[in-house]
Amino acid sequence: MAYALQQLINGITLGMIYGLIAVGYTMVYGIIGMINFAHGDVFMIGSFLSLIAITALTAMGISSVPLMLALTLVFAAVVAGIYGWSIERIAYRPLRGSFRLAPLISAIGMSIALQNFVQVSQGARNKSMPSLIPGALKIFEQDGFVVQLTWMQIVIFVVTLTLLVIFTWLVTKTSLGRAMRACEQDMKMASLLGIDTNFTISVTFVIGAALAAVAGMMFLLYYGSIDFYIGFVAGVKAFTAAVLGGVGSLPGAVIGGLLIGLIEAFWSGYASAQYKDVAAFSVLIIVLIVMPTGLLGRADVEKV
Amino acid sequence: MFKRTLIAGVAALALAGVVAAAPASAQIKIGTAGPMTGSNASFGVQLKQGAEQAVADINAKGGVLGKQLVLSIGDDACDPKQAVSVANKFAAEKLVFVAGHFCSSSSIPASKVYTEEGILQMTPASTNPKFTDEGSWNTFRDVGRDDQQGAVAGAYLAKEFKGRKIAILHDNSAYGKGLADETKKNLNKAGVTEALYSAYVPGEKDYSAIVSRLKQAGIDVIYIGGYHTETALIIKQAKEQGMNATFMGGDALVTTEFWQATGPAGEGTIMTFPSDPRARATAKAVVAEFKAKNFDPEGYTLYAYAAIQIWAEAATKAGTTDPHKVADALKAGTWDSVLGKISYDKKGDVTVSDYVFYIWHNGNYAQM
Repeated sequence: MAYALQQLINGITLGMIYGLIAVGYTMVYGIIGMINFAHGDVFMIGSFLSLIAITALTAMGISSVPLMLALTLVFAAVVAGIYGWSIERIAYRPLRGSFRLAPLISAIGMSIALQNFVQVSQGARNKSMPSLIPGALKIFEQDGFVVQLTWMQIVIFVVTLTLLVIFTWLVTKTSLGRAMRACEQDMKMASLLGIDTNFTISVTFVIGAALAAVAGMMFLLYYGSIDFYIGFVAGVKAFTAAVLGGVGSLPGAVIGGLLIGLIEAFWSGYASAQYKDVAAFSVLIIVLIVMPTGLLGRADVEKV
Repeated sequence: MFKRTLIAGVAALALAGVVAAAPASAQIKIGTAGPMTGSNASFGVQLKQGAEQAVADINAKGGVLGKQLVLSIGDDACDPKQAVSVANKFAAEKLVFVAGHFCSSSSIPASKVYTEEGILQMTPASTNPKFTDEGSWNTFRDVGRDDQQGAVAGAYLAKEFKGRKIAILHDNSAYGKGLADETKKNLNKAGVTEALYSAYVPGEKDYSAIVSRLKQAGIDVIYIGGYHTETALIIKQAKEQGMNATFMGGDALVTTEFWQATGPAGEGTIMTFPSDPRARATAKAVVAEFKAKNFDPEGYTLYAYAAIQIWAEAATKAGTTDPHKVADALKAGTWDSVLGKISYDKKGDVTVSDYVFYIWHNGNYAQM
């Protein structure tokens, strides 16, 4: 019981990070129907930006951890947002309306370019940093097994849930959200009705990149070790989460992320850790066979 | 017009090729290869620094057989496929000797290329027995083997942690699994059975699930066969989950980058490595040279240095750089190196190995 609870905590933490990245994939897919393969690398850039900010703030003598984290969060989200905007402007907008594979290939190119850029500019070695939020809560003890919930895990839960609430509100209640949903349904019609589609798409990219940067910052704080390659693995997992949850659906992305995190944790905990990816992706295949649109996705109705 | 410029350009290039090739005959090309990028890059730096210093020192004394040494550096990122392409590149460059690679999973596939292409190879770091056990004429190493390392580690675990629960983890790499299996074999030989034996996936950041499993099993001592990045993450996450176990690892933890990743959680981690080469009298002058360049020759730096130094001595004695003849000379003689006196057995392994224990304390490691 205690053991299962600990694995649940492990799985939810991992799943939250996947979910936060998956939201970016799902939003972009929802609005322009393309897979932004560079999204995982924006996540990686977000974690490097956080590391740079934390190092700079420490050098400036700011020792209050909450202040430092708040400044880092703003810095990473804003700069990553600029990255997101530039990526869309440079690599995707000129290709909008061309054949379907073109933006996909340019997304893969962007991903490789960003990865190599960070590898060259920041060095290929692992970057480590000490824990800023050490300590843990002992929440439960059974037969000498203590279930621990670290403060950092609590921070991840709180930050992820807060962001998702804000974001859901943004999409469902604001005029910007209405414009995004209109573009999702029918881009041409939306533009005829006076919606600035280019602006809406740009904003979507900026928000997605900012969320990925927050995920990157959480990743850095939680694991304390990053390298230029983390975007690939995390990106593939988050993309899987988005597909599993139903690509285009926001709650689906989070549920998909949590599901993958939990499968990985419980499979490593009760079966063989080596085969956890096999387990996670087998579930993906089974779900897609049974429910081709994912858990919460809705089928595209072909309009005749 | 354009065509004529092109032809002139090609001709000029061809000419440049001839000019560049001319002085090459007065040089001897050797190489070193290792992970210059990727998570093991700190070890690649050790190999590169050691090799560069050895070449500089040898060249300053007039080179080998009156010719200057030229060093090529290959980056295999500890990826077997990339190691083979580095090996092929070295073959195309007509190298006669390679002091590399770092990861056993790179050294072994690369050695096949070197055998075919007639290049002598001496690894300063790969400890998997398979590397020399295959009996190729060209494979040497100036470090110990994992069966020697595992024997020391297994016996220590059985003796010091009698009656405690021991877990053995590995990363499924040629080095990690090889070392973990040798340790397990020797532990079992001493009559102790481990409570848990498991593999983990390298290259990830989240090992919390496997850590919870160790915690659930009530493990007291954890032996990890793997590289420092993952080992550090496992240790850190174990401490975060409130585990109070002793961790033990192999020679792939000898880099200060290990401590940068663990922080205080790394306190008390034990590892096996040959007795510190930096402290040996034979290394004093070379260590001073490194220190003057503000580089601490930790880990495998001096092993890389020694590999080139020993090869140069053997080539001088053989009177040729022909890899087959140098290989024969290597096995026949005893060589003075920064590591002390070194001689080789028939397989190309060093005849004496001296694995001892180190413990991490406050950011540094010291012999126990």
